[in-house]
Amino acid sequence: MPYGRYRKDQVRIAYLFIAPAIIGLLIFTFLPVISALLMSFTEYNVLTSPKWIGLENYKRLFSDRDFAQGLKNTLYYALGTMPAKVFLSLFLAFLLNQNVKGLPVFRGLYYAPEVTSMVAVSIVWLYMYNPQVGLFNTILRKFGIPNQAWLFNPKLALPSLMLMGVWKNLGVNMIIYLAALQGIPRMYIEAAELDGATGWQVFWKVTWPLLSPATFFIIVTNLIGTIQVFDQIYVMTNGGPANATTTAVHQIYLRAFQQFHMGYASAMAFCLSIIIFALTALNFKIRKAFDY
Amino acid sequence: MSRKTFARILLYALMIAIAVIMATPFVYMLSIAFKTPSEMIAYPPKFFPEGLYLDNFRQVWAKSNLSHYFLNTVIVSVVKTVLVVMVAALAAYPFAKLEFPFRDALFMLVLATLMIPYQVTLIPLFVLVKKIPLTGGNNIFGVGGTGLLNTLWALIIPGFVSPVGIFLLRQFISTLPDELFDAARIDGCSEFVIFSKMVLPLIKPALTALSIMTFQGAWNDFVWPLLVTQRPSVWTLQVALSQLQTQFSGSEWTQLMAGTVISVIPLLTVFMFGQRYFVEGVAFTGIK
Repeated sequence: MPYGRYRKDQVRIAYLFIAPAIIGLLIFTFLPVISALLMSFTEYNVLTSPKWIGLENYKRLFSDRDFAQGLKNTLYYALGTMPAKVFLSLFLAFLLNQNVKGLPVFRGLYYAPEVTSMVAVSIVWLYMYNPQVGLFNTILRKFGIPNQAWLFNPKLALPSLMLMGVWKNLGVNMIIYLAALQGIPRMYIEAAELDGATGWQVFWKVTWPLLSPATFFIIVTNLIGTIQVFDQIYVMTNGGPANATTTAVHQIYLRAFQQFHMGYASAMAFCLSIIIFALTALNFKIRKAFDY
Repeated sequence: MSRKTFARILLYALMIAIAVIMATPFVYMLSIAFKTPSEMIAYPPKFFPEGLYLDNFRQVWAKSNLSHYFLNTVIVSVVKTVLVVMVAALAAYPFAKLEFPFRDALFMLVLATLMIPYQVTLIPLFVLVKKIPLTGGNNIFGVGGTGLLNTLWALIIPGFVSPVGIFLLRQFISTLPDELFDAARIDGCSEFVIFSKMVLPLIKPALTALSIMTFQGAWNDFVWPLLVTQRPSVWTLQVALSQLQTQFSGSEWTQLMAGTVISVIPLLTVFMFGQRYFVEGVAFTGIK
């Protein structure tokens, strides 16, 4: 490396400045990843020394019904909330982009759920879903619809959580779409309108394609986020009823921190990570196919 | 009425309706927090409380010790934010404006960490924190005690590097014109002076956005604090709320809701006054 190309004092200061960050990342990110990989090949409960068992953990994963259910729920949650998240937030962004008076007020109200913690949101929605005195059933009763068990009904529990998830995340996605919408040069829209395109045509042929980078970003980040869902599961249902709402990360948590099978849980974590990478790579491939 | 005016009215009506729907859980939260316990379990339930019953707040703040958890959360959030922003700014400057061997490779390394899902590092970090030598009863090999578990340090130290923060600040700094730096160096300023007296003031908006993002993340963080704070003395607000939720019986729900209100007020207040920074932070990471 031609050291002479660099100014010595700049190099020294540079390394000094980046040292805390690089060292921190090495110790608290890279080292743990390697450690987790090694751990996944062992039987380990923190109190005693780890015992090497090779691929045993991974083999067990294949016949683990709870984990399989967790994965199933996770994917259902992630893919099920995606269309609502994309289209509702685009709709909201579109509304906000209409030169409304009092934009900060509306934007603030639509974004506020995102700023509150998932725990706080979970507690509020837990009582909204309460079968006896909760808000949803109270409203339903006014229309003559009988009480629903919501979080206690295996069929309704996961969709109830999905509704809450969409409500909470609308704000973030809306902001991204709003920024993207405002970045579209007006002349594209005007040119299309001059050519006689209707509102719908302008949207599908001009706006939507130009929004595809934002859409792509939203899909990837929301996918990764929803696959890792945990907080609300812990607070609201603890995976029940009958595993109807357990998720992959929830399973990892149970194995690692309630049953202390750290090695097994690490294998689970890696398995989930591979799935995340695969889905992300798939998204990139799809994007390449649709690139404008 | 012209078609345009009608469309405008429809637009506002729609937006207000949506705003009401989005705000309903918040209003619900407030209404329960101000109800008396008997109002809470009354059937059929009314939406709004009769009066403003303040005892829930008093109970949860003092008797359930929420004040203590509030303090923990404030300490952790503030210290962590300061650390994260300082470390990120220090690292971002060389990546943006200095030349040194392996610069691009090291930056790739930083970005690579963004790809690592958090559930992979949870378990080994837990073990790491438990086994830090010479803390919490550990000997020099990190054996024997509980390390930094059940301390506020465990909440601050593992997350003090933010790859997103480094990326964000680097982008900002690289937009600063090179001439500024050449002039400063010709004038004989050391890199440290250039960093602190020139760069930092110029990137204030980015620093603010990062601070807010980090503070919000630290305040709302749940999984990691849940794992490393098994003793109530070091609970953060989020952990405390989750535990109180399982401990409280039906008549104490009003207290829990009051506690929830208390936990969201600080961030919501900051949000009300600094909405711009929250939004800018998000929009900027989107334009990656």
